[in-house]
Amino acid sequence: MGLVKQRTFLGGIHPPGKKHQTEKFATETPPLPPEVIIPLQQHIGAPSEPVVEKGSRVDVGDPLSKCEKFVSVPVHASISGTVTSIEERLHPSGMNQLSVIIENDGKDHWRSDIQFDQDYLDLSIDDMRDRIRDAGIAGMGGATFPTHVKLSPPRDKEIDTLIINGAECEPFLTSDHRLMLEEPKKILLGIQIMARILEVKKIIIAIEKNKPDAIRMMRKNCNEGNFSYRVPGLPVKYPQGAEKQLIYAITRRRVPAGGLPMDIGCVVHNVGTAVAVYEAVAYKRPLVERFVTVAGPGVQQPKNLRLRIGTPYQYIFDYCGGLKESTAEIIMGGPMMGIAQSSLDVPVIKGTSGLLAFEKRNVLNKAENVCISCARCVDACPMKLMPTTIANYVKHGYFDKADEFNALDCMECGSCAYLCPSHINLVHYIRYGKSEIVKRKKKAKVA
Amino acid sequence: MEEKLFVKSSPHLTDRESVPRIMYSVVLALIPAGIGAVYFFGVRALWITLISIASAVATEYLIQKFRKVPVTISDGSAVLTGVLLAYNVSVQVPLWIPVVGSFFAIAVGKQVFGGLGFNPMNPALLGRAFLLASWPTHMTIFDKAIPRGGTVSGIDVITSATPLNVLKQSKDILANASDFPVEKVTQAHQALAQLYDASEKLFWGQIGGCIGETSVFLLLLGAAYLMYKRYIGWKIPFSYLGTVALLEWVFGGTEGLFTGVVLFHLFSGGLMLGAFYMATDMVTSPVTFKGRIYFGIGCGVITVLIREIGGYPEGVSYSILLMNLTVPLINRYTKPKAFGGKKAK
Repeated sequence: MGLVKQRTFLGGIHPPGKKHQTEKFATETPPLPPEVIIPLQQHIGAPSEPVVEKGSRVDVGDPLSKCEKFVSVPVHASISGTVTSIEERLHPSGMNQLSVIIENDGKDHWRSDIQFDQDYLDLSIDDMRDRIRDAGIAGMGGATFPTHVKLSPPRDKEIDTLIINGAECEPFLTSDHRLMLEEPKKILLGIQIMARILEVKKIIIAIEKNKPDAIRMMRKNCNEGNFSYRVPGLPVKYPQGAEKQLIYAITRRRVPAGGLPMDIGCVVHNVGTAVAVYEAVAYKRPLVERFVTVAGPGVQQPKNLRLRIGTPYQYIFDYCGGLKESTAEIIMGGPMMGIAQSSLDVPVIKGTSGLLAFEKRNVLNKAENVCISCARCVDACPMKLMPTTIANYVKHGYFDKADEFNALDCMECGSCAYLCPSHINLVHYIRYGKSEIVKRKKKAKVA
Repeated sequence: MEEKLFVKSSPHLTDRESVPRIMYSVVLALIPAGIGAVYFFGVRALWITLISIASAVATEYLIQKFRKVPVTISDGSAVLTGVLLAYNVSVQVPLWIPVVGSFFAIAVGKQVFGGLGFNPMNPALLGRAFLLASWPTHMTIFDKAIPRGGTVSGIDVITSATPLNVLKQSKDILANASDFPVEKVTQAHQALAQLYDASEKLFWGQIGGCIGETSVFLLLLGAAYLMYKRYIGWKIPFSYLGTVALLEWVFGGTEGLFTGVVLFHLFSGGLMLGAFYMATDMVTSPVTFKGRIYFGIGCGVITVLIREIGGYPEGVSYSILLMNLTVPLINRYTKPKAFGGKKAK
């Protein structure tokens, strides 16, 4: 605070960062797992079709699927070995998904055409985009929207600002933090490619002030590499890393409801995505691994890991010294927006930024009290909604009213439920309301 | 690892806030004013408060038992109602007054509607309104509530009326000066002049009045704590006080427009108690940013209307009760525009 106006967004909360558990730990690379499970859908958009069958031999980087639709990306083998089965397996979303199971041959044999291409910067923009798409890159901050789509703005939309998201506002997670410390050059080279594709001049790397070493590292590398990117330190507040909030904090522009950042000339990509873009364009290397934070009070040895996509949780936790007896909840992602997992036989996917283990005493299992209209949720909502009002309408089945109160604008950041003194899971109600509203709208269209 | 994993909707973290914590914090914030009341009026103030709390809690317990719903007396909301009701009566009321008042507050003000969270009006204020309508003499006589180191009215003239009463009487005399003997008019002039100089006494609390409303200083102390803890915001109290200050400055004077004495009006009566502790009651105040400001302004306007034009010397409780009833409407019409607004189609 102080006289200088801080760059921030509306509303928001200050949950404890809890990042000390892993922020100082350099990323480790565990030995490869005996088997990987690679779901065919790890992104938002159309599913991809398998191109391998049971018994196929694959090298690391071989495509396992193809996709005809524009908003879709293929998946790739993350270890070398044999496809033992293509079957429905539990996906982190909680649903079953068609997945390719690969048995490790222990050779870690990479596809031969994955090599450094000296002249990658001379590629045409279309070729760059194709390499990004063929590499199967989907937003690595967690939302997993296909990256090439965000790099293909329609002609009538002029993009002037590229924001690289290193905010990492979720508690516990430090994988982006480590990535910025360990791979700053790759991030900058990835940004260079994205900037070339989008033809933007103004580039901002957004990092929260609780990662001063990352800010210093990125600034230093910008200077050394002669990149004129700005690296402002943002005040620490959740959900800083949410796309619309980050854009507002930096540019004061508001993404229209139901609109995209492109509508107001902005594109946001995660730091992890920047690295993947660099490797895809410069090496033709598909997205087969990512940084994952394994933390939480239930983990014996919290770590940051470089993991191959498809590595099952059980294998990961075993590498981290196992889970404590009292572990009662496993979360994929951060504690605010992550998804609770029902099994350890689920794989890491492209959007897995963290795996958290909570003990029984950390699990929120308190009985819901009545709303006392304290308005903490209304004050905190970064989308300026009235969570308690919407939740109340949903509870009683008034979905049209919930819609009138802009339920569909909710991004489920969880700030409201975090603050609720009556322990009402507002996000749960609103999420249910959103699905009902969408269902009804579809029906109305058909009728 | 446990046999079965918990699977529930996000978020998986919360802060430590809870309803009891909020309620007991407000009670805690009211304790300095209570200690002040015991200092100024004697230990009877404490007995009245304790009886009032006991009655509120017992009523809540019995009704919830009768309704066969979970008993929630430990959440602190009944305790708070008891404290607030006691703070709204004179120290000389018979001891059955707080018993009946708290019973009415909890039974009719709260449980009838379904309990905490569903009451449209502040239960303690409703209890007070009920007492005032039923036993006006007990509720309006302050002759024995003489504060230590002061007088009931805060002025030298021997009178057993509270400052706002003296103000109202004096103003009535001045407004119809020709109907009164000259010495009465002179007295009224003197009384007003002294009242307007009594702000300091009002601030520290050496004046008569209800148990909890004597010391502005001690009330502000608690309010500062609640604001620091963010259990109350600035919007309702400041818009309320600001409106009263502005309107009293413009219309409250005896020598024409813009001659009102603002500090006297802010410090006297139950305004501080009402603005910081009762208008801010979460259940019965709006949830939106604009709504809370409109609510505060509304309370201020009605308070001034009652003080200046109405029959009662004080209008804080009625203004808050009336505004409580507008809360659902205010909430609906002050719905904030979602961030980014509607998409242009």
